[in-house]
Amino acid sequence: MRTDQMRTEVPAGDVLLADAAAAWVGAYVHIPFCRRVCPYCDFAVVEGQDDLRSPYLAALIAEIQREPRFTRPLDAVFVGGGTPTAVDPVDLGRVIAALDDRLGLAPDAEISLEANPEDLTPRVAAALADQGFNRISLGVQSFDPVVLQALGRRHDPDMAAEAIVAALSAFPSVNVDLIFGTPGEAVSSWRDSVERALGAGVHHLSAYALTVERGTPLGRAVQAGAPAPDPDDQAAKYDIVVKAAAAAGLDRYETSNFAMPGHHCRHNLLTWAQGEYAAFGNGAHRHRAGTRSWNVRRLDRYVERAADSAVSGDETLDPWGREVERVALGLRRAAGVVAGRAGGALLESPEGRRLLDAGVIGAVGDRIVVTRPLLGDEVARTLLALQPGDC
Amino acid sequence: MPDTSRIRNFSIIAHIDHGKSTLADRLLERTGAITPREMREQVLDSMDLERERGITIKAAAVRLRHIAPDGDEYILNLIDTPGHVDFTYEVSRSLAACEGAVLLVDAAQGVEAQTLANAYLAIDGGLEVIPVINKVDLPAAEPERVADEIAAVLGVDPSSVLRISAKTGEGVEELLAAIVDRLPPPKGDASEPLTALVFDSYYDTYRGVVCYLRVVDGILGTGDPLRFMATGENLPADEVGVLHPKVVPVAALGPGEVGYLITGVKEVGRIRVGDTVTRRDRPAQKMLPGYREPKPMVFSGLFPTDGDDFEGLREALERLRLNDAALVFEPESSRALGFGFRCGFLGLLHMEIVRERLEREYDLDLVATAPSVAYRAVRSDGSEIEVRSPQDLPDSGGLRRVLEPFFRVMIITPTEFIGTVMDLLQEHRGVMGTMQYLSPERVELVYRVPLAEIVFGFFDQLKSRTRGYGSLDYEPDGYDASDLARVDILLNAVPVDAFSAIVHKDKAYEYGRRLVERLGEIIPRQLFDVPIQAAIGSRIIARETVKAKRKDVTAKCYGGDITRKRKLLEKQKEGKKRMKMLGQVEVPQEAFVAVLQIDAD
Repeated sequence: MRTDQMRTEVPAGDVLLADAAAAWVGAYVHIPFCRRVCPYCDFAVVEGQDDLRSPYLAALIAEIQREPRFTRPLDAVFVGGGTPTAVDPVDLGRVIAALDDRLGLAPDAEISLEANPEDLTPRVAAALADQGFNRISLGVQSFDPVVLQALGRRHDPDMAAEAIVAALSAFPSVNVDLIFGTPGEAVSSWRDSVERALGAGVHHLSAYALTVERGTPLGRAVQAGAPAPDPDDQAAKYDIVVKAAAAAGLDRYETSNFAMPGHHCRHNLLTWAQGEYAAFGNGAHRHRAGTRSWNVRRLDRYVERAADSAVSGDETLDPWGREVERVALGLRRAAGVVAGRAGGALLESPEGRRLLDAGVIGAVGDRIVVTRPLLGDEVARTLLALQPGDC
Repeated sequence: MPDTSRIRNFSIIAHIDHGKSTLADRLLERTGAITPREMREQVLDSMDLERERGITIKAAAVRLRHIAPDGDEYILNLIDTPGHVDFTYEVSRSLAACEGAVLLVDAAQGVEAQTLANAYLAIDGGLEVIPVINKVDLPAAEPERVADEIAAVLGVDPSSVLRISAKTGEGVEELLAAIVDRLPPPKGDASEPLTALVFDSYYDTYRGVVCYLRVVDGILGTGDPLRFMATGENLPADEVGVLHPKVVPVAALGPGEVGYLITGVKEVGRIRVGDTVTRRDRPAQKMLPGYREPKPMVFSGLFPTDGDDFEGLREALERLRLNDAALVFEPESSRALGFGFRCGFLGLLHMEIVRERLEREYDLDLVATAPSVAYRAVRSDGSEIEVRSPQDLPDSGGLRRVLEPFFRVMIITPTEFIGTVMDLLQEHRGVMGTMQYLSPERVELVYRVPLAEIVFGFFDQLKSRTRGYGSLDYEPDGYDASDLARVDILLNAVPVDAFSAIVHKDKAYEYGRRLVERLGEIIPRQLFDVPIQAAIGSRIIARETVKAKRKDVTAKCYGGDITRKRKLLEKQKEGKKRMKMLGQVEVPQEAFVAVLQIDAD
């Protein structure tokens, strides 16, 4: 049986956690600096521009100090990038302190940081833990030197293995990011990467399909005729990681995320539960009081404007739009989502029934789950096509 | 009433781009019909669409006042002719209103098939032809060679061929003199009962149907009670006039005169080109010769992409028919495409024009099925039906034979391409008729070819095989029995009527294989495997499978940017909306276009 066709019972604990996350609040902090920008990356990142580091950190802290308070302290903080470990741990500590000072940190708050393996020596890991980080996410991507080179990464498999050891000794929760489906990556190579990551004893695994984005060096190369990732190859590799993770005791709780019990990423969960989060830094996206808004993407503009407001755009959906969004986001989770108006309309619609018949979605009690997560976008498009009158 | 000896009625016969419109403008200017300041370029082409395509669909007639060098005044009626082979019948009616024709040939291009066909039409109609070489001012002009070619084709002395430049005006005075001297004046008797030939008509939003006619005998006066002899319509002559080219109402038109008539009728279908107008109170005994019902040759189903637009499509077709009597349509329902209309056209160009007007002027989004010609099926009991759609073809059990329409195809090509053109005709089941050298460099080939073979891209193939030098004309040439079969396409085991086609049996396998292959490329992967099969009856002749899609999900780090992802999905959703659901299968619009592009060669 293929895993993407398996109909799974929804684990009760998972459901409670998934739904509870809707009430959580979070903060995302963007660190745009990289020593080298990866060719597939389309985030707001820069190579060099070291002279802007101090002004940027000052701007970040100024932006944090201006942020309206939530009604509760932060349940999750996620420092991502870019390469946060390209910045001194003490500076990152100042950012966390500013967040605590302005928005407050819950006693059990998840304080997570993205790190590149080549940066995470035991000394750096200890320093970051000292600054209050209790979760680390390592951008390992692969244990195959050929794939790492194709992805433009600066570390080798041994560095990745050493960084995982360092991380496990310094942090109570460790994630590894892997990327599958890079052109040229053999199935055996992928299997090996998955097994080495899981074998190292990480608590959490994010497995992302290499995605070609316009405007990136990879996007331009593909447009010029370089091989693109093959969706069938990626589907096969997805099946491999789903099986291997389950065997290692990690549940798939979201399309691309796997966790041991108690190690689900809170920031991740609240995002898919349509929860609220503040965001700081260039190009950062926030969701507060029913409005999604985002900051200017350019680093220098952000630094110039952060004293005032760095917001460059926003979007407020109408009630139906938000309801559709709630279901679309919730369906990315293995726990699925309470059907509600939009989910009900989906199940009633001819297109929704096609998806039911094809085993892409399932109805479990008052919830809808995506039973073939590899076809999740098909479900999302169908949801978006529904009209409020359809229910 | 002007003296008929002072009237000359003529047309200009020319290939597209050989300068007909420029010459018409020059004649208007020289005879003072319009001042240069008033002159828009190419006055005779009125519709935007015609202007874009560089062709003239609707004829017009303009009265020119010409004062000869000796001081005598003449009325010259310039009668325009449509420039495309789909409209041969209209051309023949326009020519029937004339005593003469100016055969205009580009000094660099030489004689083209269509020009020649129309020149023969004029000669057969007893018209006096004045051969004229245009664009002699061009550096590439070869007036000697072209004059020899024209002389050979028409059997005239090369020295009788005039040389002009419509652009600079060189030689135009000589042409006016030749029109007066060489063309015969019309004959006609004002005391005879009225007979007038309707040679064109168009629809005017304010005035209704305006018809152009040529009075042969008798007098047509404003207010006269008229009868249209073919249709039997009794209508009053509300207004009679001439075009200068501005509209000028007159009291009456006498023998040999050309003008317009307005009767108040709002539907073009009630007035037929080729009909004879007479007086109700003193009717003529006999119609003028040559009347023919407009006969559609090519049929295609037009379906609105959005089923809600069906009524809108009906209204649009009805309005188009107001000024296009050749357009026929009847409701049709397709299992695949829902409700639409089976429409009949004079030819492919006509079909394209109608479709474009529907989409452009009426803002309709349409799916057109592959064009089909009008076959005739003879049932086992001997009865005969017309097959306008592949679905009309009876099952082979109840069928004795199928007849298909043949055309007489005339092609003029430089001699170096004779071989490749003959191959092309052979591939299209053509049977050779005659071959005639027009000059040492150019040859005319006449073949008999099934219409179905020239419906799909034949002209483009001819152009590409002759590097643009080959030209083509064709006319109906009866029906003959052929070995034909209907190839059906099954999508997910369900036949899709919109993809069916009637194909010659020798080509059916190749056709089926290529169409199935092409559909396999166009139809996106679905939630399940989609078999695509081609079949003749219950026999499968080709098969492809569109494998179920396995991955359609964004499995990447979002970084909190939910908005962008949603916008991307919404964009993809819009693309999905433009797909047509055939059973459980989503099919993009281009699949229907693909059928038009499959050629079994």
